Amino acid sequence: MTRSSQQLWHFHGGLKLDSHKSMSTTSPIVKAKLPAKLTIPVQQHIGEAGQLLVNVGDKVLKGQVIADCPEYISAPVHAPSSGCIIEISELPAPHPSGLNTLCVVIETDGQDQWVTPNPTKYPNTKSPAELRQLIRKAGIVGLGGAAFPTAVKVNPVQADTGNKAHIETLIINGAECEPYISCDDMLMREFAEELISGCSIIQYMVAAAHCLIAIEDNKPAAIAAIETVIKAQALHTIEVVSIPTLYPTGGEKQLIKVLTHKEVPSDGFPSDIGLLVQNVGTAVAVHNAIVLGEPLISRIVTITGEGVNQPQNMNVLIGTSMADLIEQSGGYHKDASKLIMGGPMMGFTLQTDNLPVVKGCNCLLVENTPVDTPATMPCIRCGACASVCPAQLLPQQLFWMASSKNFDLVQDYHLFDCIECGCCSQVCPSQIPLVQYYRFAKTEIWNQERDKIKSDHARLRHDFRQARLDREKKERAEKLRKKKELLEKKKQAEAAAKTDSKDAEVDPKKAAIEAAMKRVQEKKAAQQAESNNSTESSAASSAANSATSSATNSATSDEK
Amino acid sequence: MSILIAVITLAVISILFGILLGYSSIKFHVEGDPIVDKIDAILPQTQCGQCTYPGCRPYAEAIISGEANINQCPPGGEVTMLALSELLGVEPVSLDDEHANEPEKTVVYIDEQTCIGCTLCIQACPVDAILGAAKQMHTIIESECTGCDLCIPPCPVDCIHIRPVKVEPDTWRWSRPDSQQTAPTA
Repeated sequence: MTRSSQQLWHFHGGLKLDSHKSMSTTSPIVKAKLPAKLTIPVQQHIGEAGQLLVNVGDKVLKGQVIADCPEYISAPVHAPSSGCIIEISELPAPHPSGLNTLCVVIETDGQDQWVTPNPTKYPNTKSPAELRQLIRKAGIVGLGGAAFPTAVKVNPVQADTGNKAHIETLIINGAECEPYISCDDMLMREFAEELISGCSIIQYMVAAAHCLIAIEDNKPAAIAAIETVIKAQALHTIEVVSIPTLYPTGGEKQLIKVLTHKEVPSDGFPSDIGLLVQNVGTAVAVHNAIVLGEPLISRIVTITGEGVNQPQNMNVLIGTSMADLIEQSGGYHKDASKLIMGGPMMGFTLQTDNLPVVKGCNCLLVENTPVDTPATMPCIRCGACASVCPAQLLPQQLFWMASSKNFDLVQDYHLFDCIECGCCSQVCPSQIPLVQYYRFAKTEIWNQERDKIKSDHARLRHDFRQARLDREKKERAEKLRKKKELLEKKKQAEAAAKTDSKDAEVDPKKAAIEAAMKRVQEKKAAQQAESNNSTESSAASSAANSATSSATNSATSDEK
Repeated sequence: MSILIAVITLAVISILFGILLGYSSIKFHVEGDPIVDKIDAILPQTQCGQCTYPGCRPYAEAIISGEANINQCPPGGEVTMLALSELLGVEPVSLDDEHANEPEKTVVYIDEQTCIGCTLCIQACPVDAILGAAKQMHTIIESECTGCDLCIPPCPVDCIHIRPVKVEPDTWRWSRPDSQQTAPTA
């Protein structure tokens, strides 16, 4: 049911843009043909890259995990179809840098054979933690474009602080405010039941009392489709809210402002104010993962723009080549000039169409406008940028600071609250590419932070090495001193030994001679005693005793 | 009489302040030179000696003693120079022409086929980034290498080579849009 009484608010600034959405919404979602080759980048999300679990030559089944990572902020990647792995190497991936990343190339066998899916019939019998684990295993990331791992986002306990947030309201983002893109619109029209099911699951997981599905009022078909499902299932906690069409209402913070009049703290998260925002595509993916047991291996992509012959929405396996999709959409128009991933406002230009579709790819836009952009003129300080900025920043100030590389000051002016929506660049009468300056400043600041960490680490190692060298030096000096002492002691001992050497040598001889003399005397005494025995037979026992003892003594000495 | 009162009052005040100053100089005594630490924290810690001082800390000390200028750190480039000028409250100094552009980050690697295991590079490395033993092959721990290149001159067989640090999508940076505009100095 639509809450007609739902009070709505406005965020600061924003722009009314021509939507251009109808060109891709006239036909239903088309399932893209199974390509002969799928190229799957190992990292398609924000966070740690996964480790490969497969080798070249391995046979994989549809839905089999091919890369995973034990880190918390990460998501596994699955094989989108069955086939054989023919290559694992660095290949171009859709990224503004155009750099290569590690990719797994699967040659499909056409059988599209699933690993045994493991559906959960009654999701409410599982604990939220178990469901989170299932979502993680399914490799679900935010499908609105940011590709942040969903399992992390739906965990009310924050990883870094351990604080447990209480989520009051779950907001499902179906605003889709950027021109040309219509994948969420088509998804809501065709997968309304799955969407509601996904919403219920997420709502149960985070124990949210309400769920608001926010849809811009230029998508009446989607609103009607979802309302029908809600009515049919008589759900009371899920509501559809029709919001005015204004770019960028689909931004997380802007949507929250429109629906609740609350503002997310500058360095905080929506969960800090009891809210959780999920994209409609993510909700459907959650339904697929929990109810059907299917991992995230496909998504809906809008192929649109004046430069493509047959604009449409396609259900595409992750890893499908963009060139294939353009070809299946009637190919390029003869005036096509530029291929953009994402929308015209926030997307980035691709240098080639020989790139795979990734989890975060919602739209391929082919423009036919001339490539040479109008010349940039000097800033006239008109302030138009500040009046449209939805984050209430001062784009002009940020521009001066970023262009003069004053990166400390630019952070004081909250550069990192900039959502790069592009409103300021759009309205700039001097055609200054403002957002590019902010992107430049952001990556420079991140780079400086990395350098700082590296230099601190190097200092630590250098200090440690210095300390080690000092210690070794000391130890060597100590060793040397001890050796010297020992040598001196030895020398002294030797000198002392030399002076005593004669006595020492004589002594044993003398003793031996003396001992020998004693023995001779004793022997003589014994012989005398024996001769006396014959005459004095009744001798005292003590005398006899001493005699025998002396006799044995002499005997033993003789033996020796 | 009134002069006497004034003299006594001033004397008492000065004694009080004297005691206060004496006490605080003991109580709030700072070991070492904190400004050297601050400068050292800005320097890139390559310990490369290109500033003509044997390491980053000696250079920091030289800056404080007025011996060295703030533009002598090639690995730090313009960013370090600007940070130093802000910290020390001195005018920014232009870098030498060859250091005007941001230096490309490099690391070294050892051609392990050629290495004879002399350990000379290990002794030269200021951050213990080389692993090896006498008559055993050596290798560079790339994540620890600061790119100071101090290990290259001692190598008797020239088996240590420079290579640029590979840019990953994570470490890639947007370039500054071409613009003739400069920020107002105010």
